[in-house]
Amino acid sequence: MSTSMRLFVHEVRTQQLLFWRNRESAIFVFVFPPMLFLLLGAVYNDKIDGFPAVDALLVGLIGYGCANTAFAGLAITLVIRRESGILKRVRGTPLPAATYLAAVLVSTLIVFLLQMLLTLVLGLVLYGAHTPKNWPGLVLALLLGVGGFAGLGFGATSLIRSAEGSSAVVNLVVLPMAFLSGSFGPTRSYPTVLQWVADVLPLTYLIDIFKNVYLRGESFWHDPTAILVVLAWGGAGMLVAWRRFGWMPRER
Amino acid sequence: MRGISFAVQRGEVFGLLGPNGAGKTTTVEILEGYRSRDGGTVEVLGVDPWRGGSALRQRIGVVLQSSELPAALTVREVHRMFAGYYERPRDIDHVIELVGLAEKSAARVKTLSGGQKRRLDLGIALVGDPELVFLDEPTTGFDPSARRTAWELVRSLRELGKTILLTTHYLDEAQQLADRVAVIRDGKIVEQGSPADLIGVAPKVQIRYRDGEQDVVIETDEPTRVLAELTGTAVAEGRELDALEVVRPSLEDVYLDLVDGDDPA
Repeated sequence: MSTSMRLFVHEVRTQQLLFWRNRESAIFVFVFPPMLFLLLGAVYNDKIDGFPAVDALLVGLIGYGCANTAFAGLAITLVIRRESGILKRVRGTPLPAATYLAAVLVSTLIVFLLQMLLTLVLGLVLYGAHTPKNWPGLVLALLLGVGGFAGLGFGATSLIRSAEGSSAVVNLVVLPMAFLSGSFGPTRSYPTVLQWVADVLPLTYLIDIFKNVYLRGESFWHDPTAILVVLAWGGAGMLVAWRRFGWMPRER
Repeated sequence: MRGISFAVQRGEVFGLLGPNGAGKTTTVEILEGYRSRDGGTVEVLGVDPWRGGSALRQRIGVVLQSSELPAALTVREVHRMFAGYYERPRDIDHVIELVGLAEKSAARVKTLSGGQKRRLDLGIALVGDPELVFLDEPTTGFDPSARRTAWELVRSLRELGKTILLTTHYLDEAQQLADRVAVIRDGKIVEQGSPADLIGVAPKVQIRYRDGEQDVVIETDEPTRVLAELTGTAVAEGRELDALEVVRPSLEDVYLDLVDGDDPA
């Protein structure tokens, strides 16, 4: 195995160890979305937007899980590591910056895939949800979602100054976004203004893509605009990160 | 930084000594490759540290002044994590033993005491088997016995043939550990040399005694002659010189003289 590949595998393993060993993040990032699915799945039982409620919720909460894992979890973790000097210390080793960030991204993807599988199994076993109609499309949608929201996560990391505030700031964005984008239930009855806001949010479009592949069995490419919106948000986040990302603590 | 120039020899322990805010950490962070510099020339192991990249970082070990390590990992896991970043790491258990954490090998980082955490910092700085080790205030906040232990460790590093650049604001630490010392103040080196050399630029030797109600202090470069005259006269007059003492300047006097003195600029 080449040196850079060995370093990458070593760092993905390290990131996984760090994630699962840190109980707070493992619970907040990994357990929270499936738990919300269990709760909401027990509340709704009719139809949502013409789909069986549990299917619509499953798709909505996979979307929320994506934003929560790749955006919120990633940003909070990286800000805490930066402010406590861990990032700076790692920069003092031969590990290349790009390898580190790629490993963080892949580790995030692993966590999200496991979380999605758990949510799916819960839905199938407990609530009689339907299986995805387009598996390859679902996988592509997952990759797009993690890529887009991780881009936003790296961007947010670069903008948030303090470790103490990171969790509050990030959740102030993620929870209302998930609410407006229809993660937690139907949005038809929302006031028009809120629907306008929802129309620019990346999660709205990601959930649309999930609906297309999972519930309707459409191709992943069925709605190119939705793909572009998610990519544009991720790209904007990466652009901010490109200019502002730092390894040194800001507040010391 | 206004004028810093020094060269560290291979196998040497070099101390950067100065009060808080003098510019020690800034200097070290430029050498470690964390900061770019506005001007001047810097070479670390023959390479410009700002452009040295991974290849240079294979060869250096870093103990930062304040940094944390993943709290939920064990001592051994943190060593394994960092060992994985190097091409030819040292044996993890050997390093853990070297820094005196063998008994804490399976303990989580968050359960370690301040001194133990500092030893962990040192362990992961050594795990890549570096040629050059940067220690930025390695014992700040230690109790006296923990400091002694840390000093022993630095000495054992030198015996391993490592080159060490150490910053400290403790004079005794520099005196105990460093082969050569640079005293830094307001971003400028005000003196450098071996601890003995520095005492050489010292204020004069003081001869003190009490004459009736009055304390007399004589400063001189020729203590032997002055003392002989003084005691000769006193003996001849048949009187005792109360509280007679000869005080050699300590490195501390030199240091305080250097860092408290008038601005040399």
